[in-house]
Amino acid sequence: MAKKKVLTKKKLKKSDVVNQFTGESWVYSDVVKDHFFHPRNLLLNPPKKNYFDGEGVVGSPACGDVMVMWLRVDKKKDKILELKWKTFGCGSAIAATSMFSVMVTENGGMKIEDALKIKPQDIIARLEGLPNRKIHCSVLADKAFRAALNNYFRNTGQHQRIIADGSKVIDKVLNITERDIEEAVLDGASTLNDLKKKLKVGTGDSKSIPEIEQLLRFYKEKYSNRD
Amino acid sequence: MSRLYRDNLKEILQGMLPKITKPKNLIYLDFAATTFLDINVKKAMEPFWSGSFGNPSALYKQGREAAFAVDNARKTIAGIIGCRPEEVVFTAGGTESINLSLFGTARMAAAEGGAKPHIISSAIEHHAVLESIDALRQEGIQADLVGVDEFGFVKLEEIKKAVRPETVLISIIYANNEIGTIEPIAEIGKWLRGENERRKAKNLPKIYFHTDACQAAGSLDLNVDRLGVDLMSVNASKIYGPKQTGFLFVRNGVRLKPIIFGGGQEKNLRSGTENVPGIIGLSEALKLAQKNREKENKRQSDLRDYFIKQILKKIPKAVLNGPGPFAKNRGRDFNQKERYLARLPNNINISFLDVEGEALLLYLDSYGIAASTGSACASMSLDPSHVILAIGKPYEYAHGAIRFTLGKTTTKKQLDFVLKVLPEVVKELRRVSPLDMKMDNGKNISMPKAFAGKKIDKFVRN
Repeated sequence: MAKKKVLTKKKLKKSDVVNQFTGESWVYSDVVKDHFFHPRNLLLNPPKKNYFDGEGVVGSPACGDVMVMWLRVDKKKDKILELKWKTFGCGSAIAATSMFSVMVTENGGMKIEDALKIKPQDIIARLEGLPNRKIHCSVLADKAFRAALNNYFRNTGQHQRIIADGSKVIDKVLNITERDIEEAVLDGASTLNDLKKKLKVGTGDSKSIPEIEQLLRFYKEKYSNRD
Repeated sequence: MSRLYRDNLKEILQGMLPKITKPKNLIYLDFAATTFLDINVKKAMEPFWSGSFGNPSALYKQGREAAFAVDNARKTIAGIIGCRPEEVVFTAGGTESINLSLFGTARMAAAEGGAKPHIISSAIEHHAVLESIDALRQEGIQADLVGVDEFGFVKLEEIKKAVRPETVLISIIYANNEIGTIEPIAEIGKWLRGENERRKAKNLPKIYFHTDACQAAGSLDLNVDRLGVDLMSVNASKIYGPKQTGFLFVRNGVRLKPIIFGGGQEKNLRSGTENVPGIIGLSEALKLAQKNREKENKRQSDLRDYFIKQILKKIPKAVLNGPGPFAKNRGRDFNQKERYLARLPNNINISFLDVEGEALLLYLDSYGIAASTGSACASMSLDPSHVILAIGKPYEYAHGAIRFTLGKTTTKKQLDFVLKVLPEVVKELRRVSPLDMKMDNGKNISMPKAFAGKKIDKFVRN
């Protein structure tokens, strides 16, 4: 049959999706593939009552990504003992969550204050890159982690430590925060137009533009020496 | 594979792939995306690469040979679709044919002055139509997209309601590329003939009827008079022909503005030296497709129904998108004979709840199975399938929609292999997924917590 002949040709058998910029085979790096096919720290059974210290959810099924995270904390050392998760999402969402769980639990667990400093870009670096268009939607692990931590703080009465999510709201119409702008700059936004494209910031709330421009300059300077 | 398994096996094996041996040959189930080139088509094209390579506009021998071959191809196609040869305009594929018919009619009407021209189309068109309409709107053209029912059928009543005095074009897809719904083109064409008579009496402009027949060309009747169309777009790359080649049927009397300018080929509608091997390939492919149509339709629709039935039986929380033998279509059940009149014989589109389509495709790919998804994560735009949304299914269903499209080399054995793998990978991804959606068409959000607080802004699409 015609198809058999065509598809068994050596060339086609070897063919793969190749990243035109890096020459990598497949759209995803080997590390992403590994974490996708063999996710670490996945929660397999329903959580036992009172076993975990905190639980957090982000995302929505409508958007295509939902992430639930559970964590256990070493209260004396203020370290993450265990972090389990479940994710509904594409390959990169699953891989990114898995990688995040490894990052905060490896080497005896991270201190909470250090774990909070992990940014999507750090996860992506450990994954050896993600396709550009995937970054904003699929790397939600840090956000789920903050939600789970807040839940832990609340459960343990440490109200002063609860992280007011999203820091200061800049664009009041779209509820875009300082943190969103910081992340966009880290993603490579360097002009107001870039920010508008990425976040639609300022389109509904034009009064916020001077403040956005100021933040843009601030974060650009802050991260300009980053390697 | 071995490298992936190297360290810390116990931990890693949490999410191990089910042990099923990969077949020797890849299983390609994405024929609606494109097909391989049929060996006979390839043979027919062969002489025109380096032999009769001349420019058909030239006077000398190589040119005359090429021109003769192009003329023959035109006659062959005209014979198949029941029109005159001069009504066939060769283009560089389906998208271009669609662009030419939409921009061509709308700009011509706009140039003639009067009220701003108006176009009617549907919500489940291919992007080639929808994006063209978006671009035309920027030029001041008005457009209405009529909705579809839960199986994806366009309702004639809605088209009738959308007609305005300044309407110049109705463009409806012949068979949908994602869910395989075959639209009642002949019914619309018949009504439009009468409507145009009435408009003539009222001195209103004639409404032209375009159909995007790219998905239909391999399996459905293409007779332009039976369909009652004035314009019809067809391409070769979905009927085992070469890519980047197609034609637009333009009924005599239909006036179009060209979108490509130059040497005036194709009656000034499509300038540029003719893609001679492509045109020969197109006509040969169409000839073969239409010759084997009945037999292949029967074979493929039997496979399709078997596959759908088995998936729905083996996998819980799987929902068929589009018409099928298991759904009531347009208010009635299609009998054995009629059923492939409602859905393309090669199309299967199923949503697996709680699972994301791109992740599922990655797993299938690791078993050598090629399919496609309506999930946002697999599209460049990050928007989920507009077709699944248009048939009234929620976003969650669109994200978990997988399309398998059969072709002439698809065998039952291949499908049985997929049926062995698919339940396992769906199970695996459900193990990873925190969702547990109910089969109530998604009216309840399974994870309301995710929407809590201000978070919602971040995830609501606009």
